[in-house]
Amino acid sequence: MKRFFGWFRRPGMMMSDNRGGPWGPGGGGGGDGGGGNDGGGGGGPRNPWGPGRRKPGPRGGGGGGRGGGDVTSLDEFLRRSRARFGGGIPGGSRPWIVYGLIIAVLLWIAFTSIHRIGPQEKGVVTTLGWYSGTLQPGIGFSWPYPIGSVTKVDTAGIRDLQIPGGRAENLILTGDQNVINLGYTVRWNIRSPELYLFQLADPDETVREVAESAMREAVARVSLDDALGAGRGDIEQRVQRRMQEVLDRYDSGIQIQSVSVSQSAPPAQVNAAFLEVSAATQRAQSAVNAARGYAQQITARAQGEAAQFERLYTQYRLAPEVTRRRMYYETMEAILQQTDTTVVEAPGVQPFLPLPSLQGRGGAATPAPATGAGR
Amino acid sequence: MTRLLRNPIAIGVLAIVLLILVASTFSIVQETRQAVIVRFGQPVRVINGYQPNAGFGPGGAGIIARIPFVEQIHWIDKRVLSLEMDDQPVLSTDQLRLEVDAFARFRIRDPLQMYIAARTEENLANQLKPILASALRNEFGRRPSAALLTPERGQMMENIRTALNRVAAQYGAEIVDVRIKRADLPNGTPLESAYQRMRTARQQEATSIEAQGNRQAQIIRAEADAEAAATYASAFNRDAEFYDFYRAMQSYQQTFLGSREGQRGRSSIILSPQNDYLRQFRGGR
Repeated sequence: MKRFFGWFRRPGMMMSDNRGGPWGPGGGGGGDGGGGNDGGGGGGPRNPWGPGRRKPGPRGGGGGGRGGGDVTSLDEFLRRSRARFGGGIPGGSRPWIVYGLIIAVLLWIAFTSIHRIGPQEKGVVTTLGWYSGTLQPGIGFSWPYPIGSVTKVDTAGIRDLQIPGGRAENLILTGDQNVINLGYTVRWNIRSPELYLFQLADPDETVREVAESAMREAVARVSLDDALGAGRGDIEQRVQRRMQEVLDRYDSGIQIQSVSVSQSAPPAQVNAAFLEVSAATQRAQSAVNAARGYAQQITARAQGEAAQFERLYTQYRLAPEVTRRRMYYETMEAILQQTDTTVVEAPGVQPFLPLPSLQGRGGAATPAPATGAGR
Repeated sequence: MTRLLRNPIAIGVLAIVLLILVASTFSIVQETRQAVIVRFGQPVRVINGYQPNAGFGPGGAGIIARIPFVEQIHWIDKRVLSLEMDDQPVLSTDQLRLEVDAFARFRIRDPLQMYIAARTEENLANQLKPILASALRNEFGRRPSAALLTPERGQMMENIRTALNRVAAQYGAEIVDVRIKRADLPNGTPLESAYQRMRTARQQEATSIEAQGNRQAQIIRAEADAEAAATYASAFNRDAEFYDFYRAMQSYQQTFLGSREGQRGRSSIILSPQNDYLRQFRGGR
């Protein structure tokens, strides 16, 4: 408030200046000119003021109306004070102070009542404290500063809120009383700048708290496995909806754009056990794969052997006896060719069999008492 | 009078007095604040008081005048304020300890009453904090811990809000919302045992996955064996007697010669002359 009146003081001073009771500056002027830049005649002092009178007229929009009267009273004052101090007022510095003040005021008004609102911004205007409108992007106008005030709010810009900040673990209890480490990002912007400014004491912190609360509520509804995998999209949706609901209840003017789970993992302390599960899955898969390989091998072999038998059987049917004998002799031939063979003649005679030497390959020269047999 | 007006010091003093007078008469009430006008310590009226569903604009906030030096303005926040609570250990009916962290949002509906009862928002928050904590403990103490992890949670928060609101109304405040921010297992043994449970659950899962895999593998093998047997049977069953002969021939070769080709078999064979192979050798017919 002090500031408010402080600002008002300035135009007040100006006015008193113009009206012809300028004590401060008057004194200064007097001291300045004390010696005797004495213009002399009555026309003398008019000269420095002459242009001054003309200039403010066409120039200042605000000051123009007062221009004539002001200068007249100034003239009067000058004349009087000259009479009082016995000397003339110097023309030099006074007008520049007045012009400077006028220019300063004009600049002040220009700077504080014209506002450039960027394309992503909106300007909330308050006039004497009350909300009097919202400026759209472009050039907007308001009362000059102490009366009107504009707060620019970035409405289009999306704010990112990371929870948890940094690399800390954010442990949340799931519905099946397990613990999950969940990191997520909330993206939000300001839908209604005046609500954003006037409704919540600490909007940014409120968004964070509502996000945490909504996330914990959503995670508490699902199981650990859902939160780790398939249920993530669902959690994001639910948190976004819930947050919007709560923030709307606060009339916060905040729009939640999206909630995205950036990380959902088991806590570090139990991670090894979770990895063991995936290792077990791999092992189970490889066991199944091996079994499939075996199955293919064994069925293929069965089919092959069956086919072989059937082909042979077809031929056998054409000449059973001959085929049979042929196969018999061929087999015997093959076997006996490759093995040591002994033929024992008479059933009554027990020949000496050097069994130990028969066992070895070298037992080829087997003495056969009755009938020696080659291989 | 005119002499006085000419005196720069007198004028300066007058201006300052005027300024102070103006400054202490007029004030600007911002949209975010409510003003309680206090006359000699007695609150007399409220400017820009909270009204539900009221918008912003002239009527509420704006410039106000008061009697200087007699009336004073006490500012009270009009916005939704937050009431933070530190972690509270709570004990549920199933004796599970949880660290619960909750927050409440409130706004001051009746600044006059709030001024009388609590003076500042800070005082009010300090008064409400222990009440929020005890309402929380009561509500949790009546339920099993699992209730916290169900949709019942919403009902709990609503109950706490109602309980807190009853007290807050005495201070001219309204609790907009109570929310449980976090409900965690306390560090140390409870958290560690939860981890242990998670670990064993995962180990069990791993074992069962592996067993399932093995079971499936065995079934696949058995099915393949059965299929092979069926294939064999359908082929060999066309002539069991011939199969016997055929298979015997194969078997002899396999047994006596071994699978390695081009090598001498390990066996020694002693044939009786009565052997069928030697039928022609005996010269008989």
